[in-house]
Amino acid sequence: MSTLIRNGRIIDPANGRDEIGDLLIRDDRIGEKSKSKPEEIDATGLIVSPGLIDIHVHFREPGFGWKETIESGARAAAAGGFTTVVCMPNTSPAADSPSTIAWIKGRAAEVACVRVLPTGAISKNLAGEELAPIASLAQAGVVAITDDGHCVQNNELMRRAVEYARMVGVPVLDHCQDYNLVGNGLVHEGYWSTLLGLPGWPAAGEEAIVARNIILAELCDHRIHCQHVSSAGSVRLLREARARGVKVSGEVCPHHIALTDESIQNFDTNFKMNPPLRTQRDIDALLEGIADGTLDILASDHAPHAKFEKEVEFDRAPFGIVGLETELSLFIDLLVHRQKTIGLPRLIEMLTVMPARLLGLEAGTLSLGAAADITLIDPELAWTVDAGSFQSASRNTPFHDWKLKGRAVRTIVGGKTVWQLG
Amino acid sequence: MAHEIVERNRDLSALVLAGIPARGVALAERLAADIEAIAQARVATGVIDVSMHRDDVGMRVSLPVVRASQLPKPLEERTVVIVDDVLFTGRTCRAAMDAIRSFGRPACLQLAALVDRGHRDLPIRADFVGKNLPTARAEQVRVRLAEVDQEPDGVWLLKANE
Amino acid sequence: MNSSILRWTRKDLLGLRELSAEEINFVLETADAFKQVGTREVKKVPALLGKTLINLFIEPSTRTRTSFELAAKRLSADIVNISAATSSLTKGETLKDTARVLEANHADIIVLRHSSAGAPQFLASRIGASVINAGDGAHEHPTQGLLDLYTIREKKGRVAGLHIAIIGDILFSRVARSNIFALLKMGARVTLVGPSTLVPREFEQLGVAVSHQLDEVLPTADVVNLLRIQHERQRKEYFPGLGEYIRLFGLTKARAVLLKPDCLIMHPGPINRGVEIDSELADGVQSVILDQVTNGLAVRMAVLYLCAGIATP
Repeated sequence: MSTLIRNGRIIDPANGRDEIGDLLIRDDRIGEKSKSKPEEIDATGLIVSPGLIDIHVHFREPGFGWKETIESGARAAAAGGFTTVVCMPNTSPAADSPSTIAWIKGRAAEVACVRVLPTGAISKNLAGEELAPIASLAQAGVVAITDDGHCVQNNELMRRAVEYARMVGVPVLDHCQDYNLVGNGLVHEGYWSTLLGLPGWPAAGEEAIVARNIILAELCDHRIHCQHVSSAGSVRLLREARARGVKVSGEVCPHHIALTDESIQNFDTNFKMNPPLRTQRDIDALLEGIADGTLDILASDHAPHAKFEKEVEFDRAPFGIVGLETELSLFIDLLVHRQKTIGLPRLIEMLTVMPARLLGLEAGTLSLGAAADITLIDPELAWTVDAGSFQSASRNTPFHDWKLKGRAVRTIVGGKTVWQLG
Repeated sequence: MAHEIVERNRDLSALVLAGIPARGVALAERLAADIEAIAQARVATGVIDVSMHRDDVGMRVSLPVVRASQLPKPLEERTVVIVDDVLFTGRTCRAAMDAIRSFGRPACLQLAALVDRGHRDLPIRADFVGKNLPTARAEQVRVRLAEVDQEPDGVWLLKANE
Repeated sequence: MNSSILRWTRKDLLGLRELSAEEINFVLETADAFKQVGTREVKKVPALLGKTLINLFIEPSTRTRTSFELAAKRLSADIVNISAATSSLTKGETLKDTARVLEANHADIIVLRHSSAGAPQFLASRIGASVINAGDGAHEHPTQGLLDLYTIREKKGRVAGLHIAIIGDILFSRVARSNIFALLKMGARVTLVGPSTLVPREFEQLGVAVSHQLDEVLPTADVVNLLRIQHERQRKEYFPGLGEYIRLFGLTKARAVLLKPDCLIMHPGPINRGVEIDSELADGVQSVILDQVTNGLAVRMAVLYLCAGIATP
């Protein structure tokens, strides 16, 4: 069974390719020649990209299935153009034991239409007190360890975790939040939090842990990846450290470059996330970081919550918004079209090669023989976000009714189309 | 009108001319001045704002400003003449009578209106009328007083759809 | 600055930040009329006859609730008091469902005090009844801001050009915020005074001055508004205790000699005698604390009358 994707702009950063051409899929792999007459997909005007990878999503199973399930989350990923997603361990029970990992993998194999890869916890129950069985988790198949949702506060524990992870060869991801500096912060500590009387979440609360991670990455000689970087100070710290060769990296989520803390003045909980929306100055620094390569991975932090959970008083609502189905469009619209921060090839690279490299995944390329995970993108397609028609089980997004330019139109996993626009 | 008021009320010291803002207040002042010229007696004046006594709360799209009411104390033994520019359905007068109740219990209430345009919804009649002006319900009557409207005095009748 | 709008059009009072100076003047003028009602033989008008007002006080308060209750009674409304303890919010009912139940019971006005900033906005966008914010977290307490403004206007004849010093725990104070918004709109000059941890420089971005030297500010003030110092445990990282606070920021008798003789002393209450303010000063000639209470009644009557008077769409 073979498929020929015809006349598309093939952008394959791993192989330095950016040209109009045809791509052949043989069964579930990228192929060269076809015996039978292949099915044809006309990709004129479209970008043919390696299947996109999102290394930061929350699929809520086991334990919180009313927000999202692995099945619905996978459909959301496919609708956003993603063929591989990496899900976070703050489930219930937390992903801190091999049996939970096995459950997740088994469930994903049964129901997920895209590749769902689990992460394991750094500490037992994400409590930041004792190491989780990291080696066993690695054997069970986690692609990284992280306490995301939480952050190990004890620097000694974090140091030992990083050393241990190095021994096992597992990457470390970190949600950077100093609990004491942040306190019960709800929104960025700045003009708007002062004006509205809301507890502030100071940028220093993120930067303190980014600095901690830089020091430990250097001490332990092992990569630490800082998740959802949101502040100018964090970008500066990462830039300086990377210039010295320290093994740190950072990722950016679309909301942190699309919105500022000014959006919270209506107390709409769809603008409440962790880390919070910050200022234009922070956005400018994030864009600079993307442009000069300091920040080389993009992700969503897709965090679904049920309507009844978000439709409460601002301080009582859980943090987070869904992101998979708006992520690519926001990045294309903001980074490529509006701000002209990077071009499409670099954008694709930050969503394929860079995350694959970080986690050591065999993915993110259109090399011959690679799995036929492909995303077709129309970079000029204008559309209006309609939260009501999301594939995700949840609708908590601040981007409803936004008019964006650029969208995935077809998602192919292992040679099979798992989602198609229209 | 001033003559009629004087004729009807022997004891001018017991009289209070209570005007309904804004034009009723101006008219009350003018009447008091006229009475002073006629009878060499200064009668008391006051203000009755009826906003707090209306019966259409929660039905309007916008509200005008409320003025502080003011009546001399005590009201017992006194005659209060309610003064307004136009007498139409009678609801404003009813609200004014209601408002006066919270100040006390006057011996007697009378009503003076510059223009009576008919179409009463309630059993109310004026004691002193400047002019009877038959109108159609859809028409509007507008009174202009120099000290309130910064226009020359006048009474305007606007036909429906004008 | 004394111009006011011609007509009132809002069904809710959620905060002072979104009101124009003209709208604020309109409320103050309306309050003049309602203050007069307190001098009548029968201190009652039928303006809200047949209307139902619910005092929904999720965060407890006796003074503010009593003030609203009296205001509503003088307007002939029917009142129901619901506190957190008596509400089903303790049984897990959400604010949204509580509101819908109240509306099903034909509530016309809901006066809400809540510990969450934005709770009145939340309610107002979901129900047709008028929502009056009686204090939401550290965000706003609009009727307090209005009655403070009314008191200054009454005693000084104007607000524009005056220098008002607000002293104390500003960071966590909704009274401070409402006052700041209202006073700046009316053309007053505002200085915030307190420890740097409770009065951060960030406030300067709002258009006010910030000082940590009370003795320098007092001689230049026309009005000092003292905030209650809350000494719950959450504050222990912010200042080291009452003793040090009083030494630095308490309005002691010794400090009071620095004040202009006609400077007004205000306090939203309840007073911590001997902490924010020396006990004798609270009862002294410069204190208008009790006038604030009386004016609070007139202001709340005006607010209830105006907001409940607007037809729901």
